[in-house]
Amino acid sequence: MAAVYMSANRSENAFSTVDLVPEWAQEEVSTGTTIMAVEFDGGVVIGADSRTTTGAYIANRVTDKLTPIHDRIFCCRSGSAADTQAVADIVTYQLGFHSIELDEPPLVQTAANLFKQTCYRYREELMAGIIVAGWDKRRGGQVYTVPMGGMIVRQPVSVGGSGSSYIYGFMDSNYKPGMTKEECLHFCTQALALAMERDGSSGGVARLAAITEEGLERRVVLGNQLPKFSNA
Amino acid sequence: MERHLMDSQIKGVSTGTTILAVTFNGGVIIGSDSRASIGGYYVSSKTINKLIQVHDRIFCCIAGSLADAQAVTKAAKFQISFHSIQMESPPLVKAAASVLKELCYNNKEELQAGFITAGWDRKKGPQVYTVALGGMLLSQPFTIGGSGSTYIYGYADAKYKPDMSKEECLQFATNALALAMGRDNVSGGVAHLVVITEEGVEHIVIPGDKLPKFHDE
Repeated sequence: MAAVYMSANRSENAFSTVDLVPEWAQEEVSTGTTIMAVEFDGGVVIGADSRTTTGAYIANRVTDKLTPIHDRIFCCRSGSAADTQAVADIVTYQLGFHSIELDEPPLVQTAANLFKQTCYRYREELMAGIIVAGWDKRRGGQVYTVPMGGMIVRQPVSVGGSGSSYIYGFMDSNYKPGMTKEECLHFCTQALALAMERDGSSGGVARLAAITEEGLERRVVLGNQLPKFSNA
Repeated sequence: MERHLMDSQIKGVSTGTTILAVTFNGGVIIGSDSRASIGGYYVSSKTINKLIQVHDRIFCCIAGSLADAQAVTKAAKFQISFHSIQMESPPLVKAAASVLKELCYNNKEELQAGFITAGWDRKKGPQVYTVALGGMLLSQPFTIGGSGSTYIYGYADAKYKPDMSKEECLQFATNALALAMGRDNVSGGVAHLVVITEEGVEHIVIPGDKLPKFHDE
Protein backbone atom coordinates (compact mmCIF):
# COMPACT_ATOMS: atom_id res chain seq x y z
CA MET A 1 0.00 0.00 0.00
CA ALA A 2 2.94 2.25 0.62
CA ALA A 3 3.61 4.47 -2.32
CA VAL A 4 5.57 2.82 -5.08
CA TYR A 5 6.27 5.95 -7.10
CA MET A 6 8.77 8.56 -6.11
CA SER A 7 7.24 11.60 -7.74
CA ALA A 8 6.86 14.95 -6.08
CA ASN A 9 3.96 14.76 -3.70
CA ARG A 10 1.35 17.04 -2.19
CA SER A 11 -0.48 16.08 0.97
CA GLU A 12 -3.90 17.55 1.75
CA ASN A 13 -4.43 19.21 5.08
CA ALA A 14 -7.26 17.61 7.08
CA PHE A 15 -8.50 20.97 8.32
CA SER A 16 -8.67 24.25 6.51
CA THR A 17 -6.36 27.02 7.65
CA VAL A 18 -7.12 29.05 4.58
CA ASP A 19 -6.81 32.51 6.03
CA LEU A 20 -4.47 31.91 8.93
CA VAL A 21 -1.50 30.55 7.05
CA PRO A 22 -0.30 31.08 3.47
CA GLU A 23 -1.00 28.20 1.11
CA TRP A 24 2.57 27.09 0.81
CA ALA A 25 2.89 26.70 4.56
CA GLN A 26 0.01 24.22 4.60
CA GLU A 27 1.74 21.65 2.46
CA GLU A 28 4.00 18.97 3.84
CA VAL A 29 7.70 19.60 3.47
CA SER A 30 9.12 17.20 0.90
CA THR A 31 12.46 16.57 -0.62
CA GLY A 32 11.03 15.92 -4.09
CA THR A 33 14.49 15.40 -5.32
CA THR A 34 17.21 13.74 -7.32
CA ILE A 35 19.74 11.58 -5.49
CA MET A 36 22.29 9.10 -6.77
CA ALA A 37 25.25 6.99 -5.77
CA VAL A 38 27.92 5.16 -7.79
CA GLU A 39 30.47 2.54 -6.70
CA PHE A 40 34.02 2.68 -7.95
CA ASP A 41 37.13 0.70 -7.09
CA GLY A 42 38.12 2.13 -3.73
CA GLY A 43 34.96 3.93 -2.69
CA VAL A 44 31.70 5.55 -3.69
CA VAL A 45 30.54 8.87 -5.11
CA ILE A 46 27.19 10.22 -3.94
CA GLY A 47 25.26 13.21 -5.20
CA ALA A 48 22.03 15.13 -4.65
CA ASP A 49 20.29 18.35 -5.64
CA SER A 50 19.50 20.96 -2.99
CA ARG A 51 15.80 21.80 -3.24
CA THR A 52 13.23 21.23 -0.49
CA THR A 53 9.64 22.17 -1.32
CA THR A 54 6.40 22.72 0.54
CA GLY A 55 3.99 22.47 -2.33
CA ALA A 56 5.08 25.08 -4.83
CA TYR A 57 7.28 27.04 -2.43
CA ILE A 58 10.95 26.20 -2.14
CA ALA A 59 11.47 26.05 1.60
CA ASN A 60 15.21 25.53 1.34
CA ARG A 61 17.18 26.00 -1.88
CA VAL A 62 20.53 24.96 -0.41
CA THR A 63 19.54 21.76 1.40
CA ASP A 64 22.13 19.16 2.22
CA LYS A 65 20.54 15.81 1.47
CA LEU A 66 23.78 13.88 1.94
CA THR A 67 23.65 12.94 5.60
CA PRO A 68 26.55 11.31 7.47
CA ILE A 69 25.59 8.17 9.39
CA HIS A 70 29.11 7.26 10.36
CA ASP A 71 32.68 8.26 9.43
CA ARG A 72 32.65 6.45 6.09
CA ILE A 73 28.91 5.86 5.60
CA PHE A 74 26.43 8.35 4.19
CA CYS A 75 22.81 8.28 3.19
CA CYS A 76 21.01 10.23 0.45
CA ARG A 77 17.48 11.20 1.47
CA SER A 78 14.37 11.55 -0.71
CA GLY A 79 10.69 11.74 0.16
CA SER A 80 9.29 13.45 3.22
CA ALA A 81 11.96 15.64 4.83
CA ALA A 82 10.66 14.95 8.35
CA ASP A 83 10.48 11.19 7.87
CA THR A 84 13.95 10.90 6.39
CA GLN A 85 15.53 13.08 9.05
CA ALA A 86 13.86 11.03 11.78
CA VAL A 87 14.93 7.69 10.30
CA ALA A 88 18.47 8.91 9.70
CA ASP A 89 18.72 10.06 13.32
CA ILE A 90 17.49 6.67 14.55
CA VAL A 91 19.97 4.76 12.39
CA THR A 92 22.86 7.07 13.33
CA TYR A 93 22.23 6.27 16.97
CA GLN A 94 21.84 2.54 16.40
CA LEU A 95 24.94 2.33 14.23
CA GLY A 96 27.07 4.40 16.59
CA PHE A 97 26.12 2.13 19.47
CA HIS A 98 26.81 -1.01 17.42
CA SER A 99 30.20 0.31 16.33
CA ILE A 100 31.27 1.00 19.91
CA GLU A 101 30.16 -2.49 20.96
CA LEU A 102 32.10 -4.02 18.07
CA ASP A 103 35.11 -1.77 18.66
CA GLU A 104 35.60 -1.33 14.94
CA PRO A 105 34.09 0.72 12.09
CA PRO A 106 30.67 -0.61 11.03
CA LEU A 107 29.90 -2.25 7.69
CA VAL A 108 27.89 -0.40 5.04
CA GLN A 109 25.66 -3.47 4.80
CA THR A 110 24.85 -3.13 8.50
CA ALA A 111 23.85 0.52 8.09
CA ALA A 112 21.72 -0.34 5.07
CA ASN A 113 19.96 -3.13 6.91
CA LEU A 114 19.24 -0.85 9.86
CA PHE A 115 17.57 1.57 7.43
CA LYS A 116 15.63 -1.31 5.94
CA GLN A 117 14.41 -2.52 9.32
CA THR A 118 12.99 0.89 10.23
CA CYS A 119 11.60 1.65 6.77
CA TYR A 120 9.93 -1.76 6.48
CA ARG A 121 8.48 -1.85 9.99
CA TYR A 122 6.91 1.59 9.58
CA ARG A 123 6.24 1.30 5.86
CA GLU A 124 2.61 2.47 6.14
CA GLU A 125 3.49 5.65 8.00
CA LEU A 126 6.73 6.62 6.31
CA MET A 127 7.43 8.18 2.97
CA ALA A 128 11.17 7.75 2.64
CA GLY A 129 13.35 6.64 -0.25
CA ILE A 130 16.96 6.31 0.86
CA ILE A 131 20.25 5.38 -0.78
CA VAL A 132 22.95 4.20 1.64
CA ALA A 133 26.54 4.38 0.41
CA GLY A 134 29.97 4.18 1.94
CA TRP A 135 33.27 2.38 2.30
CA ASP A 136 34.29 -0.39 4.65
CA LYS A 137 37.34 -2.64 4.93
CA ARG A 138 35.52 -5.88 4.09
CA ARG A 139 33.86 -5.03 0.78
CA GLY A 140 35.20 -1.60 -0.23
CA GLY A 141 32.78 0.86 -1.81
CA GLN A 142 29.13 -0.20 -1.73
CA VAL A 143 25.77 1.29 -2.68
CA TYR A 144 22.53 -0.06 -1.23
CA THR A 145 19.14 1.29 -2.19
CA VAL A 146 16.22 1.22 0.27
CA PRO A 147 13.22 2.57 -1.67
CA MET A 148 9.75 3.25 -0.26
CA GLY A 149 8.26 0.06 1.10
CA GLY A 150 11.45 -1.12 2.73
CA MET A 151 13.21 -3.32 0.18
CA ILE A 152 16.99 -3.48 0.15
CA VAL A 153 19.19 -4.25 -2.82
CA ARG A 154 22.85 -3.60 -3.58
CA GLN A 155 23.52 -1.98 -6.95
CA PRO A 156 26.69 -0.60 -8.58
CA VAL A 157 24.78 2.56 -9.46
CA SER A 158 21.48 3.81 -8.12
CA VAL A 159 19.29 6.88 -8.61
CA GLY A 160 16.31 7.97 -6.55
CA GLY A 161 13.77 10.70 -5.96
CA SER A 162 11.26 12.32 -8.28
CA GLY A 163 13.94 13.52 -10.67
CA SER A 164 15.40 10.06 -11.10
CA SER A 165 12.77 8.98 -13.66
CA TYR A 166 14.24 11.37 -16.20
CA ILE A 167 17.78 10.06 -15.97
CA TYR A 168 17.31 6.28 -16.08
CA GLY A 169 18.10 6.33 -19.78
CA PHE A 170 21.17 8.50 -19.28
CA MET A 171 22.35 6.32 -16.40
CA ASP A 172 21.89 3.06 -18.35
CA SER A 173 23.77 4.36 -21.37
CA ASN A 174 26.57 6.27 -19.63
CA TYR A 175 27.49 4.09 -16.67
CA LYS A 176 30.38 1.72 -17.26
CA PRO A 177 31.87 -0.56 -14.64
CA GLY A 178 35.46 0.29 -13.69
CA MET A 179 35.25 4.09 -13.76
CA THR A 180 37.71 6.18 -11.75
CA LYS A 181 36.69 8.57 -8.98
CA GLU A 182 36.90 11.60 -11.27
CA GLU A 183 34.85 9.87 -13.97
CA CYS A 184 32.21 9.00 -11.39
CA LEU A 185 32.09 12.60 -10.16
CA HIS A 186 31.69 13.83 -13.73
CA PHE A 187 28.97 11.24 -14.44
CA CYS A 188 27.06 12.26 -11.29
CA THR A 189 27.34 15.97 -12.06
CA GLN A 190 25.94 15.46 -15.54
CA ALA A 191 23.13 13.21 -14.38
CA LEU A 192 22.10 15.61 -11.62
CA ALA A 193 22.20 18.57 -14.02
CA LEU A 194 19.94 16.76 -16.49
CA ALA A 195 17.45 15.77 -13.81
CA MET A 196 17.42 19.25 -12.25
CA GLU A 197 16.64 20.74 -15.64
CA ARG A 198 13.58 18.55 -16.17
CA ASP A 199 12.17 17.97 -12.68
CA GLY A 200 10.40 20.90 -11.09
CA SER A 201 11.03 19.51 -7.61
CA SER A 202 14.82 19.30 -8.10
CA GLY A 203 17.15 22.24 -8.45
CA GLY A 204 19.54 24.60 -6.75
CA VAL A 205 23.11 23.38 -6.48
CA ALA A 206 24.53 19.93 -6.99
CA ARG A 207 26.15 18.49 -3.89
CA LEU A 208 28.65 15.67 -4.36
CA ALA A 209 30.81 13.63 -2.02
CA ALA A 210 33.47 11.00 -2.59
CA ILE A 211 33.99 8.46 0.22
CA THR A 212 37.14 6.38 0.28
CA GLU A 213 39.38 4.65 2.81
CA GLU A 214 41.34 7.91 3.19
CA GLY A 215 38.29 9.93 4.06
CA LEU A 216 35.64 12.19 2.69
CA GLU A 217 35.80 14.80 -0.05
CA ARG A 218 32.79 17.08 -0.52
CA ARG A 219 32.10 19.27 -3.53
CA VAL A 220 29.44 21.76 -4.50
CA VAL A 221 28.67 22.67 -8.09
CA LEU A 222 26.79 25.95 -8.18
CA GLY A 223 23.82 26.50 -10.50
CA ASN A 224 25.68 28.55 -13.08
CA GLN A 225 28.57 26.07 -13.18
CA LEU A 226 26.40 23.06 -13.94
CA PRO A 227 26.71 21.60 -17.46
CA LYS A 228 24.03 22.95 -19.78
CA PHE A 229 22.12 20.73 -22.14
CA SER A 230 19.37 22.92 -23.51
CA ASN A 231 18.97 22.91 -27.24
CA ALA A 232 16.63 25.90 -27.48
CA MET B 1 4.29 15.20 -17.36
CA GLU B 2 0.72 14.60 -18.46
CA ARG B 3 1.56 11.59 -20.60
CA HIS B 4 2.84 9.75 -17.59
CA LEU B 5 -0.49 10.11 -15.83
CA MET B 6 -2.54 9.72 -19.00
CA ASP B 7 -1.45 6.24 -19.89
CA SER B 8 -2.17 4.73 -16.51
CA GLN B 9 -5.73 6.00 -16.43
CA ILE B 10 -6.88 4.92 -19.87
CA LYS B 11 -9.63 2.33 -20.05
CA GLY B 12 -9.38 -0.32 -22.70
CA VAL B 13 -6.42 -0.87 -24.93
CA SER B 14 -3.81 1.84 -24.65
CA THR B 15 -0.41 2.46 -26.04
CA GLY B 16 1.60 2.84 -22.87
CA THR B 17 4.41 3.64 -25.16
CA THR B 18 7.58 5.34 -26.22
CA ILE B 19 7.47 7.52 -29.30
CA LEU B 20 9.91 10.03 -30.68
CA ALA B 21 10.74 12.13 -33.70
CA VAL B 22 14.11 13.74 -34.44
CA THR B 23 15.18 16.06 -37.25
CA PHE B 24 18.57 15.60 -38.87
CA ASN B 25 20.40 17.18 -41.74
CA GLY B 26 18.08 16.57 -44.68
CA GLY B 27 15.26 14.65 -43.07
CA VAL B 28 13.47 13.42 -40.01
CA ILE B 29 13.31 10.08 -38.22
CA ILE B 30 10.14 9.05 -36.44
CA GLY B 31 10.18 6.01 -34.17
CA SER B 32 8.18 3.99 -31.68
CA ASP B 33 8.02 0.73 -29.78
CA SER B 34 5.37 -1.86 -30.66
CA ARG B 35 3.51 -2.77 -27.48
CA ALA B 36 -0.20 -2.23 -26.82
CA SER B 37 -1.43 -3.07 -23.35
CA ILE B 38 -4.57 -3.10 -21.25
CA GLY B 39 -3.96 -1.29 -17.98
CA GLY B 40 -0.35 -2.35 -17.93
CA TYR B 41 -1.27 -5.93 -17.02
CA TYR B 42 -1.85 -7.62 -20.35
CA VAL B 43 -0.03 -7.07 -23.60
CA SER B 44 -2.76 -7.09 -26.18
CA SER B 45 -0.36 -6.71 -29.08
CA LYS B 46 3.39 -7.26 -29.27
CA THR B 47 3.75 -5.95 -32.79
CA ILE B 48 1.46 -3.02 -33.28
CA ASN B 49 2.58 -0.32 -35.68
CA LYS B 50 2.16 3.09 -34.13
CA LEU B 51 3.59 4.97 -37.08
CA ILE B 52 0.67 6.00 -39.27
CA GLN B 53 1.31 7.42 -42.70
CA VAL B 54 -1.06 10.36 -43.22
CA HIS B 55 0.47 11.46 -46.51
CA ASP B 56 3.42 10.65 -48.80
CA ARG B 57 6.02 12.42 -46.67
CA ILE B 58 4.11 12.90 -43.42
CA PHE B 59 3.82 10.37 -40.60
CA CYS B 60 2.35 10.59 -37.18
CA CYS B 61 2.84 8.43 -34.13
CA ILE B 62 0.21 7.86 -31.51
CA ALA B 63 0.16 7.69 -27.74
CA GLY B 64 -2.75 7.18 -25.40
CA SER B 65 -6.01 5.40 -26.07
CA LEU B 66 -5.62 3.32 -29.22
CA ALA B 67 -9.28 3.61 -30.13
CA ASP B 68 -9.18 7.40 -29.92
CA ALA B 69 -5.90 7.58 -31.81
CA GLN B 70 -7.13 5.38 -34.63
CA ALA B 71 -10.35 7.35 -34.99
CA VAL B 72 -8.53 10.67 -35.04
CA THR B 73 -5.86 9.60 -37.52
CA LYS B 74 -8.50 8.14 -39.84
CA ALA B 75 -10.36 11.46 -39.87
CA ALA B 76 -7.12 13.41 -40.21
CA LYS B 77 -5.90 11.26 -43.12
CA PHE B 78 -9.09 12.01 -45.01
CA GLN B 79 -8.97 15.74 -44.32
CA ILE B 80 -5.30 16.00 -45.29
CA SER B 81 -5.68 14.18 -48.58
CA PHE B 82 -8.76 16.28 -49.42
CA HIS B 83 -6.81 19.44 -48.61
CA SER B 84 -3.89 18.26 -50.72
CA ILE B 85 -6.14 17.60 -53.73
CA GLN B 86 -7.77 21.02 -53.38
CA MET B 87 -4.42 22.78 -53.17
CA GLU B 88 -2.97 20.62 -55.96
CA SER B 89 0.27 20.19 -54.05
CA PRO B 90 1.63 18.02 -51.25
CA PRO B 91 0.45 19.28 -47.86
CA LEU B 92 2.71 21.11 -45.46
CA VAL B 93 3.70 19.19 -42.32
CA LYS B 94 2.33 22.09 -40.33
CA ALA B 95 -1.03 21.70 -42.06
CA ALA B 96 -1.19 18.03 -41.16
CA ALA B 97 -0.27 18.78 -37.56
CA SER B 98 -2.91 21.52 -37.48
CA VAL B 99 -5.60 19.13 -38.65
CA LEU B 100 -4.73 16.77 -35.79
CA LYS B 101 -4.66 19.67 -33.38
CA GLU B 102 -8.13 20.88 -34.41
CA LEU B 103 -9.54 17.41 -33.88
CA CYS B 104 -7.86 17.04 -30.49
CA TYR B 105 -8.76 20.52 -29.26
CA ASN B 106 -12.39 20.50 -30.37
CA ASN B 107 -12.97 17.07 -28.84
CA LYS B 108 -10.75 17.44 -25.83
CA GLU B 109 -13.41 16.26 -23.35
CA GLU B 110 -13.87 12.89 -25.00
CA LEU B 111 -10.41 12.13 -26.35
CA GLN B 112 -7.32 10.80 -24.62
CA ALA B 113 -4.68 10.71 -27.30
CA GLY B 114 -1.51 12.62 -28.06
CA PHE B 115 0.42 12.71 -31.32
CA ILE B 116 3.79 13.47 -32.77
CA THR B 117 3.69 14.56 -36.41
CA ALA B 118 6.86 14.51 -38.46
CA GLY B 119 7.59 14.87 -42.11
CA TRP B 120 9.23 16.70 -44.94
CA ASP B 121 7.81 19.41 -47.16
CA ARG B 122 9.22 21.67 -49.81
CA LYS B 123 8.68 24.90 -47.86
CA LYS B 124 10.44 24.22 -44.56
CA GLY B 125 12.15 20.86 -45.03
CA PRO B 126 12.15 18.36 -42.17
CA GLN B 127 9.91 19.27 -39.22
CA VAL B 128 8.56 17.78 -36.01
CA TYR B 129 5.33 18.86 -34.30
CA THR B 130 3.86 17.74 -30.99
CA VAL B 131 0.11 17.73 -30.42
CA ALA B 132 -0.39 17.28 -26.69
CA LEU B 133 -3.39 15.90 -24.83
CA GLY B 134 -5.53 19.04 -24.66
CA GLY B 135 -4.74 20.15 -28.18
CA MET B 136 -1.56 22.24 -27.85
CA LEU B 137 0.57 22.38 -30.98
CA LEU B 138 4.30 22.90 -30.66
CA SER B 139 7.15 22.76 -33.14
CA GLN B 140 10.47 21.39 -31.86
CA PRO B 141 13.73 20.10 -33.36
CA PHE B 142 13.04 16.79 -31.67
CA THR B 143 10.47 15.45 -29.28
CA ILE B 144 9.77 12.36 -27.19
CA GLY B 145 6.42 11.14 -25.93
CA GLY B 146 4.49 8.35 -24.25
CA SER B 147 4.94 6.81 -20.83
CA GLY B 148 8.43 5.55 -21.63
CA SER B 149 9.67 9.00 -22.58
CA THR B 150 10.01 10.01 -18.90
CA TYR B 151 13.04 7.74 -18.57
CA ILE B 152 14.91 9.15 -21.53
CA TYR B 153 14.56 12.91 -21.01
CA GLY B 154 18.04 13.01 -19.52
CA TYR B 155 19.52 10.86 -22.29
CA ALA B 156 17.83 12.89 -25.04
CA ASP B 157 18.85 16.24 -23.56
CA ALA B 158 22.44 15.08 -23.25
CA LYS B 159 22.83 13.35 -26.60
CA TYR B 160 20.83 15.39 -29.12
CA LYS B 161 22.77 17.76 -31.36
CA PRO B 162 21.26 19.80 -34.17
CA ASP B 163 22.23 18.90 -37.76
CA MET B 164 23.20 15.28 -37.19
CA SER B 165 23.84 12.94 -40.08
CA LYS B 166 21.30 10.23 -40.89
CA GLU B 167 23.43 7.49 -39.30
CA GLU B 168 24.03 9.47 -36.10
CA CYS B 169 20.33 10.22 -35.89
CA LEU B 170 19.40 6.56 -36.39
CA GLN B 171 21.80 5.59 -33.62
CA PHE B 172 20.36 8.27 -31.31
CA ALA B 173 16.76 7.18 -31.97
CA THR B 174 17.52 3.47 -31.63
CA ASN B 175 19.41 3.95 -28.37
CA ALA B 176 16.68 6.17 -26.95
CA LEU B 177 13.97 3.63 -27.77
CA ALA B 178 16.03 0.74 -26.38
CA LEU B 179 16.71 2.60 -23.12
CA ALA B 180 13.05 3.52 -22.67
CA MET B 181 11.85 0.00 -23.48
CA GLY B 182 14.35 -1.31 -20.94
CA ARG B 183 12.86 0.71 -18.11
CA ASP B 184 9.17 1.12 -18.97
CA ASN B 185 7.10 -2.02 -18.54
CA VAL B 186 4.38 -0.86 -20.94
CA SER B 187 6.82 -0.21 -23.78
CA GLY B 188 8.47 -3.08 -25.60
CA GLY B 189 8.47 -5.41 -28.55
CA VAL B 190 10.29 -4.22 -31.64
CA ALA B 191 11.52 -0.78 -32.55
CA HIS B 192 9.85 0.79 -35.58
CA LEU B 193 11.75 3.58 -37.29
CA VAL B 194 10.79 5.57 -40.39
CA VAL B 195 13.29 7.82 -42.14
CA ILE B 196 11.60 10.59 -44.16
CA THR B 197 13.60 12.65 -46.64
CA GLU B 198 12.93 14.51 -49.84
CA GLU B 199 13.79 11.35 -51.77
CA GLY B 200 11.34 9.08 -50.02
CA VAL B 201 10.39 7.06 -47.01
CA GLU B 202 12.37 4.14 -45.49
CA HIS B 203 10.88 1.83 -42.88
CA ILE B 204 13.28 0.05 -40.52
CA VAL B 205 12.24 -2.58 -37.99
CA ILE B 206 14.65 -3.68 -35.26
CA PRO B 207 13.57 -6.81 -33.38
CA GLY B 208 14.00 -6.88 -29.60
CA ASP B 209 17.07 -9.08 -29.56
CA LYS B 210 18.91 -6.85 -32.04
CA LEU B 211 18.44 -3.68 -29.99
CA PRO B 212 21.53 -2.18 -28.34
CA LYS B 213 22.28 -3.64 -24.91
CA PHE B 214 23.51 -1.64 -21.94
CA HIS B 215 25.73 -2.34 -19.00
CA ASP B 216 23.34 -4.33 -16.83
CA GLU B 217 21.91 -6.60 -19.52
